[in-house]
Amino acid sequence: MTELVQLLVEGTALGGIYGLVAMGFVVIYKSTGVINFAHGTLMALGAYLAYNASVTWGLWFPVAMLVAMAMAAAVSMGVERVLLRPLVGRPVHSVIMATIGVAIAGDQVLTMVWGFDHLQMGDPWGASTLRAGGVVVAVVDLFTLGVVTAVVAGVGIFFARSRLGLAMRARAADAEAAMACGIGHTAVDGTAWGLAGALAALAGILLASGTAAVHPDLGFQALRAFPAVILAGLTSVPGAVVGGLVVGLVEVLTAGYAPTHAPWLGVNVHQVTPYLVMLVVLWVRPGGLFSSRSVRRL
Amino acid sequence: MRDGLLRRPGPILAVAAYLVLPLRLDDFWLSALTFAGIAAIGATGLNLLTGYCGQVSLAHGFFLGLGAYAGAWAAGLVGSDLLAWLPAAAVAGALVGAAVGPFALRLSGNLLVVVSLALVFGGQHVFRNWTALTGGSAGRDDLPLAHMGPLDFSALEVAGRSFSFDQGYFWLVWALVAGVTVLALRLVRGRPGRAMAAVRHDDLAAAAIGIDVARVKVAAFALSGALGAVAGALYGSYRQFVGPEEWDLFLSIEYLAIVIVGGLGTVAGPILGSVFLGVVPRLVEEWAAIIPLVDTAPGARITTGQLNRFLFGAVIVAFLLAEPRGLDALIGKIRGRIGSLKRPTRRRVTAGGSGQS
Repeated sequence: MTELVQLLVEGTALGGIYGLVAMGFVVIYKSTGVINFAHGTLMALGAYLAYNASVTWGLWFPVAMLVAMAMAAAVSMGVERVLLRPLVGRPVHSVIMATIGVAIAGDQVLTMVWGFDHLQMGDPWGASTLRAGGVVVAVVDLFTLGVVTAVVAGVGIFFARSRLGLAMRARAADAEAAMACGIGHTAVDGTAWGLAGALAALAGILLASGTAAVHPDLGFQALRAFPAVILAGLTSVPGAVVGGLVVGLVEVLTAGYAPTHAPWLGVNVHQVTPYLVMLVVLWVRPGGLFSSRSVRRL
Repeated sequence: MRDGLLRRPGPILAVAAYLVLPLRLDDFWLSALTFAGIAAIGATGLNLLTGYCGQVSLAHGFFLGLGAYAGAWAAGLVGSDLLAWLPAAAVAGALVGAAVGPFALRLSGNLLVVVSLALVFGGQHVFRNWTALTGGSAGRDDLPLAHMGPLDFSALEVAGRSFSFDQGYFWLVWALVAGVTVLALRLVRGRPGRAMAAVRHDDLAAAAIGIDVARVKVAAFALSGALGAVAGALYGSYRQFVGPEEWDLFLSIEYLAIVIVGGLGTVAGPILGSVFLGVVPRLVEEWAAIIPLVDTAPGARITTGQLNRFLFGAVIVAFLLAEPRGLDALIGKIRGRIGSLKRPTRRRVTAGGSGQS
């Protein structure tokens, strides 16, 4: 029982981070219809920048986080402006490949600048934990859950209440109709990429803090969050968080139980189970769990 | 249909290069071109699926792995003749391709790409753990050599002259490239090609004019899987070693990049793309000493590996921004320029279309 509670706590914290990553995907997909494969690179970039701000420049950690998020947002907006805006209206494979190209080239820039070493973030939690009835909770996990809750609320309010959020929803619903109402794509797309860049940086920082560290493969974790986005149906912000939690729990529970109860599944099967869940969901509901039915006409 | 490269003096030059290159090049460049040829075979499959039928897949690397292992398995079963293990690999690829095809009936565009990711990661998991077939993380080095009856491409002997391993494989691989390209050409110029184009433009409209969309999509996946598997089996045979970490997402990305850089939906595209993306990294290796800050040693400021990956990403983005129709169109344009320089009075309607009469 204790083991189960322990795994549930860890799974929820990891799921929260996946939720953040998934939100980053959703924010861009909702307003521009692009799956951004460079999201992982932005995550790693954000973590490296936070490392610099916190360790090299000696800033207070929360400030370092905000600085890194702002810088990652700026880079993200720059990528959109220079490389992706010219591709608006191109087929899916063009835009996806462009983000993949950015990711591959960007990852190399990261290792050219920061090298291949694991770097400690210098966050105030480190490996400290709390104990509650046999269950060990890492402080960084509690912090993560708090941050994720606040960000989900903030992004939710932004989409529901602000003019720009409304504009983004309008563009997502029907780009041409939105344009006819005077909502151009430039401001909306730039905001979406900036917001996604900040979310990516935050997720990267959270993944690399605590007992973990910043390293070049950090961005690869973003690929593990894909099933979360798909579960959500690519367009729902609350759905992304739910999807993230599902994926985090599935991953941690299989990592905890598969080696002892089902060793025939092979080593590291937890890296694959979220994708299996995703395949089942897509087979049953091709649009994802939170999708509304869309009708296609000729 | 744009296939400027395959017209006019092309064929004669190509045959001459095919015969003479292995006698003139050293093993470094010969192996680069052989790997490029293998990639061209696999990329032709992906080009049929993505370029002609419009189904984007990031799972092509999985089919290469599948082919390598299926080929090795078949060779162990029925003997190591090329005519046994290469078709066996193709059949395995076609079957699995046809099995995943139905996902494309329910999903499209972005979602299909993510589902194909599931195939890459799931496949890698199976490859790592199915030790009996793949050798697990240690890899497998008992892969079949390419011999066909009395003809042994790994140690070719013709009229008393013996040729090296690299020379033999070059001739084998590029003969297969020619065969596969002709097959693709016939396919896309006929009914199947028109059906695929209709599905690519709008599958609802295609269904409305009586095209069996399900059949076309599944067939495209099967064909693409088969050619991917053939490339994988050849790759394993040429390298004589395969490990489970090779069939990763990056390999699939490389194949999609080959097709896009070469020219999506052009018959020459896969060949142009695979030669270009195969030769550039080798040039960087050759010139590493001249490029500032770059060295081949692992302790260097920037290693050639890093630079090559960076260039790879940059080339993809550059082509998408500057010439989304790829090298095929670029070459067409250049030929058009040269042609109009020669005869300034003649106007050209299409670049690379009309030739020198």
